Amino acid sequence: MANKQLLSKENFPVFEVYPGLVYLDNSATQQKPKQVVAAVDEYYRSQNANPLRGLYDLSVKATDAYEGAREAVRELLNARESCEIIFTKNASESLNLVAYSYGRAFLKEGDEILVSIAEHHSNFLPWLLLAKEKGLKLNFLECGEKGEFTEEALRAALTENTKLFAITQISNVLGRLNPIKEFAKICHENGTVIVCDGAQSVPHIPVDVQDLDVDFLAFSGHKMPAPMGIGVLYGKRELLEKMPPFLSGGEMIEYVTREGATYAPLPHKFEAGTVNAGGAVGLKAAIDYVKELGFEEIEKRERELTKLCFDEMAKIPHVKIIGSDKAEEHCGIITFDIEGVHPHDVAAIFDADNIAVRAGHHCAQPLHKQIGVMSSTRVSLAYYNTEEDVHRFIECLKQIRRKMGYDE
Amino acid sequence: MMNNTFYSEILTDHNLHPAHKHELIGANFTHEGINPSCGDDIVLNLKIEDGVIVDGSYTGSGCAISQASADMMLDLIIGRSTEEAKRLSDMFLRMIKGNVTEDELEELEEAGALQDISHMPARVKCAVLGWHTMDEIIKQAEG
Repeated sequence: MANKQLLSKENFPVFEVYPGLVYLDNSATQQKPKQVVAAVDEYYRSQNANPLRGLYDLSVKATDAYEGAREAVRELLNARESCEIIFTKNASESLNLVAYSYGRAFLKEGDEILVSIAEHHSNFLPWLLLAKEKGLKLNFLECGEKGEFTEEALRAALTENTKLFAITQISNVLGRLNPIKEFAKICHENGTVIVCDGAQSVPHIPVDVQDLDVDFLAFSGHKMPAPMGIGVLYGKRELLEKMPPFLSGGEMIEYVTREGATYAPLPHKFEAGTVNAGGAVGLKAAIDYVKELGFEEIEKRERELTKLCFDEMAKIPHVKIIGSDKAEEHCGIITFDIEGVHPHDVAAIFDADNIAVRAGHHCAQPLHKQIGVMSSTRVSLAYYNTEEDVHRFIECLKQIRRKMGYDE
Repeated sequence: MMNNTFYSEILTDHNLHPAHKHELIGANFTHEGINPSCGDDIVLNLKIEDGVIVDGSYTGSGCAISQASADMMLDLIIGRSTEEAKRLSDMFLRMIKGNVTEDELEELEEAGALQDISHMPARVKCAVLGWHTMDEIIKQAEG
């Protein structure tokens, strides 16, 4: 029964402020439950000092809160040790950390990087820039017609020089779950490091980094119901240990002299400057929320809503769904095109009905070019959405071509 | 949030049945305007003789607002001097910022249908794309 309460929109203060809002842009960011808002509020009321530094009681409380959040993330991802969890500001920063620290130190001219064509720009541009800087070759793993990436295609795309493979676990456009565990095995047989973008997966499905055996995995707190400005990089200890620091400054050192410095041990080597302790506390509250609700319940609810939405959309003429033609292969994300109507006009018409959807290229321009559309509209669902939300979305969708002057 | 009636018949009609969306034989000025974030893309062609815009057209793709706005603009400026066109462009940009008189609004004719864009900040760049592109051409023409 407790679960039902956690699923309810009543738990999310934004819907008290905007009672009629149909929020279907969850892949961009999720709304926050009151438990998360309260946890951040409580941190700043009773635990705030600069963590990891002060020798007084309040700073110890702040440190405990911050490190407690790290342990919660370790448990969520089933990482072996909490020092393998690095706090960043978001998935983009996490992926940049890997490119700038690992990539600059360990990739050399002649090496190759393989990137899936479906990547968000945050798991593409760091590799493109690194390749240009270091004289590396950047190759693409192409997807099939329905947006699928296969083991055969990966095997064919890897060469003996492929030192790193970057791929998302769930595409933010196609909503499709990629077989990361199988991909990691293939990569490791080839001596290739695998970097996984978990931004769209960690909030929605159980992600076990030991089972997947990925070398790095990044996610953003705010796409779970955590505050903005807190993100995570998981990395295998043996890799993180040998990597040089990414950013330098306060709290990431052991000793500093006029000539140089020795660096703090993991994970603080990668957390320069005052950290986002309030954000980390919010992330822990979000993890507690998701765990109490349970991934089984989250997945079940999101599958039901996605299927309802997908099946209704498939009946509407002139609406073309991008990616798989099976509802179950869209993990809460359905991206579509309406023939003859630009996505920005589509989103504006939804907005007039108080329905929030995303329109544009969703930070995945190479994928859009590949599938032959300039831009698209995306509906993305979360467990707190309702059947009523989906019905309102569908009713509005049916009217759009007529509103744009077509005789239907 | 925008007004539900924003996509008026005037706007959708200019988008679906534009009068000026074609190539232009004899154009002596051509300029492309792009909004990279939306993918709006307009190539504006003008035939300017002795400081008068004697003919004009556009091609391109993008949202209804960007395309209809360019079409309505050409309705207004063909046959006018470049000085007049600049004055109308200034008036249109002021309308978008919510700073226009009733008389001026009337002078903008159907382009006045875009007045409510002033409440939709994300779409302003779509509405002004054609006008900015024309301003660029007039700058070139005046050399």
